Amino acid sequence: MAETFIRTEGLCFSYKDDEGRPILHNINIDIKRGEFLCILGRNGSGKSTFAKLLNMILTPDAGKIYVDGVDITDPGLTEEQIMEVRRKVGMVFQNPDNQLVATIVEEDVAFGPENMGVPSDEIRERVDRALETVGMTEYARHSPSRLSGGQKQRIAIAGILAMMPECIIFDESTAMLDPHGRHEVMETIDRLNEMRSLTVIAITHNMDEAILADRIAVMDGGRIVMDGSPAEIFSREEELTAMGLGVPQAAMLANRLRRAGMDLPEGLLDERSAADAIASAINARKRQGT
Amino acid sequence: MLKDITLGQYFPGDSVFHRADPRAKIILGIVFIVAVFLADSPLSYAFLLLSTVLMIAVSRIPFKTVLRSMRALIFIIIFTSVINIFWTRGEHLIFEWKFIHIYREGLTFAAYMVIRITCLLCGTGVMLSYTTSPIALTDGLEQLLSPLKKIKLPVHEFSMMMTIALRFIPTLIEETDKIMSAQRSRGADLSSGGLIRRAKALIPVLIPLFVSAFRRADDLAVAMECRCYHGGEGRTRMNKLHFGLADLALTLAFAAFTAGIVLLNKVPLNVFN
Ligand SMILES: Nc1ncnc2c1ncn2[C@@H]1O[C@H](COP(=O)(O)OP(=O)(O)OP(=O)(O)O)[C@@H](O)[C@H]1O
Ligand SMILES: [Mg+2]
Repeated sequence: MAETFIRTEGLCFSYKDDEGRPILHNINIDIKRGEFLCILGRNGSGKSTFAKLLNMILTPDAGKIYVDGVDITDPGLTEEQIMEVRRKVGMVFQNPDNQLVATIVEEDVAFGPENMGVPSDEIRERVDRALETVGMTEYARHSPSRLSGGQKQRIAIAGILAMMPECIIFDESTAMLDPHGRHEVMETIDRLNEMRSLTVIAITHNMDEAILADRIAVMDGGRIVMDGSPAEIFSREEELTAMGLGVPQAAMLANRLRRAGMDLPEGLLDERSAADAIASAINARKRQGT
Repeated sequence: MLKDITLGQYFPGDSVFHRADPRAKIILGIVFIVAVFLADSPLSYAFLLLSTVLMIAVSRIPFKTVLRSMRALIFIIIFTSVINIFWTRGEHLIFEWKFIHIYREGLTFAAYMVIRITCLLCGTGVMLSYTTSPIALTDGLEQLLSPLKKIKLPVHEFSMMMTIALRFIPTLIEETDKIMSAQRSRGADLSSGGLIRRAKALIPVLIPLFVSAFRRADDLAVAMECRCYHGGEGRTRMNKLHFGLADLALTLAFAAFTAGIVLLNKVPLNVFN
């Protein structure tokens, strides 16, 4: 866990076609290999921009980015080195329809390895394995246009997995899905992070997804303003609310009860543990009463 | 309603035609077209008709499906045969009434014409559209045309564009459906009035469609870049096309077919004499 996978130093960025308005200011972050990092922040806070800097879709104005020890802001990088960075840091986007290229599921999954020049039989293997990992093997010969949103998003994930990445960035990849589709995708992401020790960076507006992470970074106005474990971040409810962000319902309830004088432990984020803690607090109080 | 449009006429299956390499099918398709135009005796026309029926049977595409696709061209077929029947002059007059003269040559010629068009459509249809998926077809074309890359023709880019277009047509159709419903729910009247009025009513459908198509294109470009796309250079394919048993069988069959047509042309038999 200790090894740094992505590191940024004093990262600044502005879009050229936007009167040079600075979007990101002095971002310093260390992301460990195998970590599950969640990035929160209101619309326009620069989350997607930050993500696109990490696999060289955009290049920073100032500052350094190291991916697996390689300085990717070096203008002397060769085409192969750029491909290598994009292979290591895969990205899954919001709209599943806009990231599938081919008319047959398995051909789409093969797109990345094909671009990388992987030999045919190895592509076949990788595609089969990737589809199995996301549980879509039986849809290999289907057309993506006939699949549900959650299924399409899993195909998109398989397409990235087939490139054998070391890190996957999910940019609001569950935002367009219904609860069922969202669950499918989150479950896949969580499993990948656990089993494959894949580094996961998930950008989301959904607080219930954020509690699955090892660590949360909160962005506001192009800066990282909070960085810590989910328990730490969600105990700072006022600050989050001031930035237009919410807190998971269970955490909100626990915070309020705590303020009202109930004796609850810190770090109650999901419904189950909150319910258990509240029940035992009530029981304890009853026992004191009698 | 728009969703019912199916793209191409690919008919999944497992016949020799389905299994053959798209490149072989493209080349043999051209051979077939040439052979159809070589036919010029009653026997070779009969042979042509028979071979086409055999082709459809082997491909296991229902005859009805193949014939249905002819419906669109029925007018052209009737039109050319009528022209041939009434306008061809010959030696053997068989019917005369006022200004109408029908010669035997005209009838024969019309019959040949109908056979020729029908076989051409059914044959190439079976080879290239019913048994070859659009993607396989573009792949095959890309590979066949790849020598043209040497003279800097963007063969790979063209086939990539075709693939993406094929991929996005269903998505855009669905989107059109949605936008039409949205505009209708705002009171837009899309289906009454004259041609001009209806064309004008489509503007509020087309503009959002274009805007969204551009946004999709933008997203897709970034997603493709993230998946290491950098043009056709150094790209490998998962499904390597190769010349297999099915291709050999088809090539032999087509060689026999072409030889048959050429030989039967020489047989001096004329059923009409
Ligand atoms: N291609 C672009 N050209 C110019 N400005 C852009 C571009 N993309 C984003 N911006 C601007 O950069 C800022 C940050 O955008 P970004 O997409 O990174 O935000 P975000 O945190 O991902 O927001 P959201 O939650 O809505 O996805 C916004 O003010 C936006 O207007
Ligand atoms: Mg964003």
